[in-house]
Amino acid sequence: MEQILRNRRAIVLLVGPALLVYSGVVLLPIVWSLVYTFFEGNVIGGFHFVGLQNYRQLLSDAAFWQALVFTLKYAVTVTAGQILLGLLLALLYVFYLRRASALVRTLVFFPVVLPTVAVAQLFAKIFAIAPQYGLVNAGLALLHLDGWIQAWLGQGSTAFWVLALMDIWRAMGFYAVLLYAGLVEIPAELIEAARVDGASGLRLVWHVILPLLLPILLSALIFSINGTLKVFDSILALTGGGPGQATTPLTLYMFNTAFSYGQYGYGSTLAMALAVLSLIVTIMIFGSARRDVA
Amino acid sequence: MMRSDVAARSSRPAPAPVFTRVARWSPRSRSQRQPRRRRLSWLWRLPVRLLLLLLLTIEIYPLIWLLLSSFKEDAEFSLRPLWALPAGLHWQNYVEAWTTGNIGLYFLNSVLTVFPALALILALSVPAGFALEVMRWRGRNLVLLLFLAGIMVPLQILLLPLFTIYFHLDLIDTRWALIITYTGFGLPLTVFLMAGYFKAIPRELLEAAILDGAGLVQLFLRVAVPLVSNGLVTVALVQFFFLWNDLLFSLTFISNDQLRTIQTGLLNFTGQYGQVAWGPTFAAVSLAVFPTLLLYLLLNQRVIKGLTAGALKG
Repeated sequence: MEQILRNRRAIVLLVGPALLVYSGVVLLPIVWSLVYTFFEGNVIGGFHFVGLQNYRQLLSDAAFWQALVFTLKYAVTVTAGQILLGLLLALLYVFYLRRASALVRTLVFFPVVLPTVAVAQLFAKIFAIAPQYGLVNAGLALLHLDGWIQAWLGQGSTAFWVLALMDIWRAMGFYAVLLYAGLVEIPAELIEAARVDGASGLRLVWHVILPLLLPILLSALIFSINGTLKVFDSILALTGGGPGQATTPLTLYMFNTAFSYGQYGYGSTLAMALAVLSLIVTIMIFGSARRDVA
Repeated sequence: MMRSDVAARSSRPAPAPVFTRVARWSPRSRSQRQPRRRRLSWLWRLPVRLLLLLLLTIEIYPLIWLLLSSFKEDAEFSLRPLWALPAGLHWQNYVEAWTTGNIGLYFLNSVLTVFPALALILALSVPAGFALEVMRWRGRNLVLLLFLAGIMVPLQILLLPLFTIYFHLDLIDTRWALIITYTGFGLPLTVFLMAGYFKAIPRELLEAAILDGAGLVQLFLRVAVPLVSNGLVTVALVQFFFLWNDLLFSLTFISNDQLRTIQTGLLNFTGQYGQVAWGPTFAAVSLAVFPTLLLYLLLNQRVIKGLTAGALKG
């Protein structure tokens, strides 16, 4: 038996191809990208070494800081919305709908699987102002709230909220299911015991359920913030980063730098900044959680 | 955090219940319900019911609106309220989207890149998962960790080196660029999940098969793979949704309109008609949305399970 399971040639044949493709498409490019941050140029014009210049440029680039601030603001807003609404939904499923919740769970979950571009097209029409009013503006007109009618996607401030709304709409059902799975695993006896001790309602949720849910809440938080820091599809498809630069996140800025302006070195530096940002945020969440638990 | 709270509660007088409903934790305690509560609960139910109605409206109405709008003639959008039912079934929108709007072509392109990639991902990751969980060798954990590292990497980091590689291999603007990228990008999560499924097979079962004289090939194909076939379908579904909805890679590696996938095609759809022709645009969006939705409705529990498993592992 040992012989069969320790067959070296078989192991290489089984795991080798996957490892090879994975290394070529994912691991090698990561290292390669790091190397690019010290170069300038592109595939057509060739590359030359510039040392730390890309990093110096990063620090003094106003567009980078603007994109960074937008990314953080967006990630915090959308993550808060996704997790909070997801949690409320999960509580609703468990405490109110209980066994009847399967249908609602399925329905609220489904936007997750829809193509982002399609959803963005749909939202663009819902919030449209020209050539004709979309659902929202038409609804406002119906209610005679003419002062509220506006180009929702044409101004940075409202475009931000439409984008946030769309991404929260898309993902809250996903987090609801994630947290629901955590909630049903809390032993009923624990909740009963807390109830007997007089905890109920918000206090029960805050003091008993949330602490018990903490591990899964953290996973959800990390997953959500990592997703929203890397937001690209929804923004490209809904606003294209505009008006002007107003809704351009780091990912889109990186994409434009690399492919519209052919600056591979600086583009790689921006991608690296994004990777480091995600890493720092993830570690920070882990760190604060550990302090909290201890 | 909760250490003292529960204990402290017991010494205090019980606070008035805020949410009576919440206090009823599990279906099991239903039998303990008191008649007084039942009367109260109707009042409590009303706002929650309304909330639920609002929630379902927010979730579903946009799609109903999309479907209804896709059957409207252009004049209807400006002449009648947006929420009005279509005057008739204007199939012309679909014909226009499918043919002149090229959605048919984009659909085909998506199928021709996503399914080969899906097949490759499974062909590579099932043996790899088997080797990582069932076989015994040093460095197993290291390799597993290596695969794990790829799950969280921002795609943006991969773009420029991959573009350079494909550029030199003359693969830009070919389906191969997408198939290769999709495969490599889909591997880490799939390998990781497959390894998990193989791990769940009782060790004794595999040992018994070996004692009965099964060789490695038989052990893998006849015993192990059939046992994880359920998981296999789940992972395939998850990867299908990821790849089918990909925008970034297809945007980067494909600029030839004839090779565009459904997402990039849809992205440029507005440009083609300007913003005037709402009907065909709605039809195109419907064509992109409803097949995915149908797949989801058929297999929803599996999809939900698969996608959330991916999140927790990640």
